Amino acid sequence: MAFSIYDFTTTTKAIDLFLNDIMSPFWATVTELVIVGVVFLAFYALVGLYLVYAERKICGFIQCRVGPNRVGPYGFFQTIADLIKLLMKELVYIKNADKILFNVAPFIVIITSFLAISAIPFAKGLHAMDFNIGVFYIMAVSSIGVIGILLAGWSSNNKYSLIGAMRSGAQIVSYELSVGLSLITMCVLAGTMQFSEMIEGQRDLWFIFKGHVPAVIAFLVYIIAGTAETNRGPFDLPEAESELTAGFHTEYSGIKFAFFFLAEYMNMFLIACLATTVFWGGWMPLHIPGWETFNHVMDYIPPVIWFIGKTVVVIYIIMWFKWTFPRLRIDQLLTLEWKYLLPINLINVLLMAFIVLMGWSL
Amino acid sequence: MSEETKILNTEQQEYTINMGPQHPSTHGVLRLVLTLRGEIVQKVQPHCGYIHRGIEKMCEKLTYPQTIHLTDRLDYLSAHINNHAVCLCVENALQVEVPERVKYIRTIMDELTRIASHQLFWACFGMDLGGLTCFFYGMRDREYILDIFEETTGGRLIQSYYTPGGLMNDIHPNFQKRVKEFIKKFRKVLPEYDQLLTGNVIFKNRTKGVGILSKEDAVSFGVTGPSGRGSGFSCDVRKHSPYSMYSKVNFKEILFPEGDCFARYMIRMDEMRESMNIIEQLIDNIPEGTHTAKMKAVLKLPEGEYYQRVEATRGEFGVFIVSKGDKYPYRLKLRSPNFSNLSALDTMCRGSKIADLVATGGSLDYVIPDIDR
Repeated sequence: MAFSIYDFTTTTKAIDLFLNDIMSPFWATVTELVIVGVVFLAFYALVGLYLVYAERKICGFIQCRVGPNRVGPYGFFQTIADLIKLLMKELVYIKNADKILFNVAPFIVIITSFLAISAIPFAKGLHAMDFNIGVFYIMAVSSIGVIGILLAGWSSNNKYSLIGAMRSGAQIVSYELSVGLSLITMCVLAGTMQFSEMIEGQRDLWFIFKGHVPAVIAFLVYIIAGTAETNRGPFDLPEAESELTAGFHTEYSGIKFAFFFLAEYMNMFLIACLATTVFWGGWMPLHIPGWETFNHVMDYIPPVIWFIGKTVVVIYIIMWFKWTFPRLRIDQLLTLEWKYLLPINLINVLLMAFIVLMGWSL
Repeated sequence: MSEETKILNTEQQEYTINMGPQHPSTHGVLRLVLTLRGEIVQKVQPHCGYIHRGIEKMCEKLTYPQTIHLTDRLDYLSAHINNHAVCLCVENALQVEVPERVKYIRTIMDELTRIASHQLFWACFGMDLGGLTCFFYGMRDREYILDIFEETTGGRLIQSYYTPGGLMNDIHPNFQKRVKEFIKKFRKVLPEYDQLLTGNVIFKNRTKGVGILSKEDAVSFGVTGPSGRGSGFSCDVRKHSPYSMYSKVNFKEILFPEGDCFARYMIRMDEMRESMNIIEQLIDNIPEGTHTAKMKAVLKLPEGEYYQRVEATRGEFGVFIVSKGDKYPYRLKLRSPNFSNLSALDTMCRGSKIADLVATGGSLDYVIPDIDR
């Protein structure tokens, strides 16, 4: 097969064998963990920075302006300059703030998003962990993030932060349901929760086409709920700068603020990655049953390109509606979830199960 | 549970927060002390005075032509219209008839100011509700009007263009051409505003039925301008006591009976169209002539009391002058629309959410220097 040249399994296997050759299995595992950790950390920082840059450029494009264009060509190093600025800024300590919780909160937020990203397969063999409960793992880990936000709001000794945190709690807990249920719908179709198997299952056709109507509904619900879960507009109530100045991170400064900021973008990236993997075939190229030549040509495009391309499209959609829609009110937000998305989702799961049982999926 | 404990419990559940003086959605240095219960607003207490400059008092030591430089700075988004009121008041007291040309130009300038102000309202209202893109679109289109102002008056925000008896200087030769260009352009752009915000489901949910002000309340609080007309209170000074050219042009007074944020918003959207109609009726017919009437070097108003009201962009703006026959006014009282409009905020917001308070405040479109003076 053409894309075996893009298979990373052989490379990773070779590294594993080599390390096991030169040291004991324990130290080999430790070394591998360190390598993976460093690679992910670098990747994480880079993606975070360039998502911020992308957002500023895209919002500039939508708002008829240029966006950052001073630091480097097309302002390419703007976010790096911003990061340096944030690193050098003073960390302001708040009087009467709960010091421990105040300091721990940003780390909880950033670590959870970091943990979740590690289960995403970027290409064949290019993922840190391949659980048999991959979807479940991501859901579980990413929902810890809300604790960080709640702690941040609670420990800041600021009423605005508290309102923001409480809003965030209500919002994330509600929308977690919709995200979970729409992913369950796809798990029913895939018959597995393991990402690698899920992607293999999309070899002939992506799930969004395979599962026709219920898959499309699940995708729409997932995108809406996913945006809400990452606290981005139009669901950015926890920060709602025209109401709560900056919501739960009002009192944070310097690099701690940057952690919240980065975690928000990484959560968006995670949501987009998950959408890509579960609905749009992950790194799997576009295959249409019966079109052999077409499928063969598609195989020559590297899977990483496929993955990034799809993710970028999803991220663009998420950014697009952030910059065009006004913000919802808290009661409307919860109404949307509990009265519309959740019932739709529950029926959708049944519909999907029915379709799978009848063997109607393409 | 006894009645006392109940009251105690309710009071314990309430907390206050300061919204402002520095807050993104108060549009300036306004401080609102909110009493909240969860997210429900129990009470709104506006505290003004953070940008008080004592303009009324300062006017007592300034001659009448100098006064207009201060009235500019009240509601800086309707600078021309504020000046119009002062000029009319002085002219009426002196019984000076200004040339027709001046009346035409003043009316056109007033309506351009109104459009610019409503554009900014649209921009900020969108931003208050979280639609950040609106801000840039509104600002972009307002720029055309500011350029027109700059060319003729030399100023962009505060122009001090009118003077008792006429205008500071004549219009720029390009004025008519550029105004017509602007109207042509803006007629195309205005539907974009509707596409981006008016038709949006979230926007409708956020504004319809929110911050309701009944007609009776509007009258008793003296809420005028688009905010009053949004409650069905017919209060357009241009219709009820026309000044300058308003008696000779055709335009509708736009009224919406609902009294919610959406009605106040729609009033402003429709008023922009009406303003363009008014300008179109006048712009080609500006008569030739001088740009100022013959005035004495030192203006001394005969002893007495004079009042003039005009329709500023946010409501009825009134100037009340008490003269002792001096070259300075004995007392100059300004009736600023925003002050009265703000007083209704508490009534409109009780029992609603914080987000509704922001929406309601945005729909009142207050300008803080006008409140504090």
